[in-house]
Amino acid sequence: MNAGGFSVSLSLLIDPLSVLMTLIITGIGFFIHVYSVGYMSHDEGFARYFSYLNLFVFSMLMLVLGANYILMFVGWEGVGFCSYLLIGFWFGDNANNDAAKKAFVMNRIGDVGFLTGVFLIFITFGSIEYAQVFSSAAAMPAGLAVITTITLLLFIGATGKSAQIPLFTWLPDAMAGPTPVSALIHAATMVTAGIYMIVRSNILFTLAPITMEVITYVGVATALLGAFVAITQNDIKKVLAYSTVSQLGYMFVAVGVGAYSTGMFHLITHAFFKALLFLGAGSVIHAMSGEQDIRKMGGLKKDLPVTYLTFLAGVLAIVGLPPFSGFFSKDEILAKVFEHSTVLAVVMVITFMMTAFYIFRMFFLVFFGVFRGSEKQKSHLHESPAVMTVPLIVLAVLAVAGGFINIPETLFGHHALANFLEPVLRPSLAIIFSEEPSHATEYMLMAIAIAGTLVMFAVAYSRYLTNAHVPAASEKEQSFLYRLSSRKGYIDEFYDMIIRKPLDWISSVLNDVFDKNIFDRIVNSVGELVIAGSGAARLLQTGKLGFYLFIMVAGITAILFLNFMF
Amino acid sequence: MSLSAFGLNLLIFLPLVGAILVWRTPREREDVAGRLALWISIACLLVAAPLWYQSLSAGAGTIAEVKRAWIEVGGRSKGELIDGLRISWHVALDALSAPLMLLTAILVPLSVACSFTAIRHRVNEYYAWLLMLTSGMFGVFAARDLLLFYVFFEFTLIPLYFLIGIWGGSDRRYAANKFFLFTFAGSVLTFAGILYLAIRGAQLSGSGVVDFDLVRLSVLALGGAGLTAGEQSLLFLAFFAGFAIKVPLFPLHTWLPLAHTEAPTAGSVLLAGVLLKLGTYGFLRFSLPMVPNGAMEWASLMGVLAVMGIIYGALCSWVQQDVKKLVAYSSVSHLGFCMLGMFSLVDYGISGSVLYMINHGLSTGALFLCVGMMYERYHTRDMRKLGGLAKEMPIFAFFLVVFVLSSVGLPGLNGFVSEFTTLMAAFNSPLVLGPWFGVFGATGILLGAIYLFYMTGSVLFGPYKAPADTPDLSAGLSKDLNRREIAILTPLAVLCVILGWAPRLVTDTLDPLIQAQVLNRVAAARQVNEAMAATPTQAATLAAISNAGAAR
Repeated sequence: MNAGGFSVSLSLLIDPLSVLMTLIITGIGFFIHVYSVGYMSHDEGFARYFSYLNLFVFSMLMLVLGANYILMFVGWEGVGFCSYLLIGFWFGDNANNDAAKKAFVMNRIGDVGFLTGVFLIFITFGSIEYAQVFSSAAAMPAGLAVITTITLLLFIGATGKSAQIPLFTWLPDAMAGPTPVSALIHAATMVTAGIYMIVRSNILFTLAPITMEVITYVGVATALLGAFVAITQNDIKKVLAYSTVSQLGYMFVAVGVGAYSTGMFHLITHAFFKALLFLGAGSVIHAMSGEQDIRKMGGLKKDLPVTYLTFLAGVLAIVGLPPFSGFFSKDEILAKVFEHSTVLAVVMVITFMMTAFYIFRMFFLVFFGVFRGSEKQKSHLHESPAVMTVPLIVLAVLAVAGGFINIPETLFGHHALANFLEPVLRPSLAIIFSEEPSHATEYMLMAIAIAGTLVMFAVAYSRYLTNAHVPAASEKEQSFLYRLSSRKGYIDEFYDMIIRKPLDWISSVLNDVFDKNIFDRIVNSVGELVIAGSGAARLLQTGKLGFYLFIMVAGITAILFLNFMF
Repeated sequence: MSLSAFGLNLLIFLPLVGAILVWRTPREREDVAGRLALWISIACLLVAAPLWYQSLSAGAGTIAEVKRAWIEVGGRSKGELIDGLRISWHVALDALSAPLMLLTAILVPLSVACSFTAIRHRVNEYYAWLLMLTSGMFGVFAARDLLLFYVFFEFTLIPLYFLIGIWGGSDRRYAANKFFLFTFAGSVLTFAGILYLAIRGAQLSGSGVVDFDLVRLSVLALGGAGLTAGEQSLLFLAFFAGFAIKVPLFPLHTWLPLAHTEAPTAGSVLLAGVLLKLGTYGFLRFSLPMVPNGAMEWASLMGVLAVMGIIYGALCSWVQQDVKKLVAYSSVSHLGFCMLGMFSLVDYGISGSVLYMINHGLSTGALFLCVGMMYERYHTRDMRKLGGLAKEMPIFAFFLVVFVLSSVGLPGLNGFVSEFTTLMAAFNSPLVLGPWFGVFGATGILLGAIYLFYMTGSVLFGPYKAPADTPDLSAGLSKDLNRREIAILTPLAVLCVILGWAPRLVTDTLDPLIQAQVLNRVAAARQVNEAMAATPTQAATLAAISNAGAAR
């Protein structure tokens, strides 16, 4: 479009970054479409489901292929809206609608930040086309206040879309949608839009060290919080949702320390293994006739062998045991963070361990032990049809082997992915000079991470397998920490108290007091004054029309006269 | 008279003649009245569409103009008026009027068609008033004589007064009176301003004739010998009184929710779609070009009121239980964006503002149509009594969601483009507004999502809920939308998509006009001001004035 001094072109951009994202979206998107054919086959909204899903793919492609910030925003809002439609897909239930609305509104909070950032980009650079913005930015010194503001505003947008603190609470609720949707939108693609946006604008972020610090700390905090809450969740999809929040935190940490290609690497491996885990969970839920509570599952490995094996691949990938994909991307993040700050690296290792614990906990509760559901569910248990298991197998292969695209030199690789992305990141790489950590350090970090994971495996094994512990339903005997975790840190309650309730109250006051009793009262009292005045004047009047006319004419004359005088 | 000039006159008189025909249809053949009115309004659309098409290549000029002496009183010499009063029938069409007239021409047939089942008493009178209103609306956008404009401006009140007062809801009398008196009170002050301006114009030009022609009066402010800054400032306020109430700008909006809730659907559609735009159009056509200095002086305050309106309207919308009232308050919020863009005094802000007028007309008009269709079936607009309609009425749900999305400014639909450009202009307007206006305005897009999605959620989704004995299909309606209703909503939905991807259909033609009529004048006024402030010597002032003259 074009309006006066402002114009936006409808142009697309193909470069290594957008090609990579496109491959993820269309590749994983394809398998999830196939899977959905089986998963949604009994649903009456079958056609509606696929039209929404395709609208989503269109918007997501627009997001990553657009060559300026407006087109990115078009896609950005578009995917948010599709997510709204799909979360509220089963709209007969009010809880689903509330979740959908919450997702959209929280995303919009971020979007206000994003949009304001785009305004500021236009003011600063006189354009919103990537090519112009980035080339002008590359010539600027680091640490300018305006660049810091722009990047912080864009980052607010990213926290909404990619579910980071403080705007992450919509993502767990978004699990109200069909499971393949959770896999595609709320794990593999849409929620990574924030990472894509930052990597796309890498030069701007590189020039804003303060923003980078903010991103790093927000990422670490989100990773930790997500993992902490996931430990006590009993809904299989909620565990995976908080896990996604946590994993997205990893990616933000990576880009926050300037390791953009590492962030992208984890984005890719996470897309593989998390989509796999969600689809596997979908297969489990399908077999359990819609049951999502892991306390009611157990021993499913013999009834669902394919799901079990593929899920296992996903589990090993996410906890990061070699040679599964998560190992490479996670350890690269750890290495980069370690260069940046030892304290943060320690926190990351703790997060890794928590991740291993909640993943194994879920895995053992679902697939091992004895079946704890009803007889009816038990008789219904079945492996999913091929249309669902084949995508699982393909994703399992990817989850196992996905890490080989970016093997570090330590392990005799060539950083293939980093080299592929180099053209996009070149301006930033010129500024961030990063030294490869020594091989010894890297080996040490890997060893620590693997050891931590194995310890957590053992803990989970003894608790949930050897002792066959099942989380209790009542909260009474639970510790404060446990409740804090199972109640999701009381964050929803907190937001409700500090934002929704006051806003509700202000709106009612504005409507009931200001609108009805102040503004309208003033208007009406003007009318009443006229009536009262004319009531008084009426006593003086004869009621003859001629007299009124005379007064009117005299009045107008007086006004005109006064105008001419002054 | 050229063909297009004839067409322009036709647009004003055809509905007027049509109104009389419709009114005179025999009572026993009442059902013909609606059909007749529909055909007349479609004829208007067929006239308006080619006129609009011509305007695409109009640049800053006019494509059709008619100027005839109408009222001339005073002394004459050799047949020429030398002193006294001249009001002419001066109508014209340019790039600013054309899209608004086309919008009117599109909305009228739809409002006629939506009344077929809803209006069941005094049918012929109803359509007659509707056509009268149409004539007035075309007149307002065409008038280029201030008094003629005022006549049309006031004329639109009368049909709507009766439409609300006779065919409205339970509280219709109060609503109609309030609507009439409130807006009338404001425009009386505007009238005073017009009189003052015309008389001053005669004085300044040294002619004895008080001429109300817009072209003559709009150059008064330019050049040092014109209106003083103080006069401009007061004149701006006088215009403000009439236009701001019409918009309605916060806090002068209290008549609007009431009028909307009580009006019949067609009344609400035209009120929101076209009549509110008379206010914004008035600012753009009269206030900004005629008193640029006054406009600049007050622009920041206008921005503040606009932003307050955006937030206030949105918050009030949120707590409404009546769907129609919610949409009405959303207009207060949306028109805030429109005013914000206009008073950024930045080119794309003003284009965006005009685009916003069109978009708001389409999407809010459509929302009122949807609400009307729902009300006809369920006899309630209370969100607490409704729910889950998407299951019962999937087609209705589809349209409602599309128009809600257009309203919340989802990219890809029309609302986004205008919202984005107006906000960015406010953000990027160094002279009068600034980043904070943009930031606070932007919260409106968040709040908009909240209240509109709240409404959609509670009406369309969740478990099915409806009052007893509904849906009432006694008027010949079907459970979901029937063919007529789909035919009403489809063109609006299509336009929402088209303008979302091709906003240049409107903005491209506007640019030269806005540059010539608004921005150059504002810039010239500023030059004069700055010259006077910086070097109060006469020479410099004169130089600036001659520059300003060149900008004319």
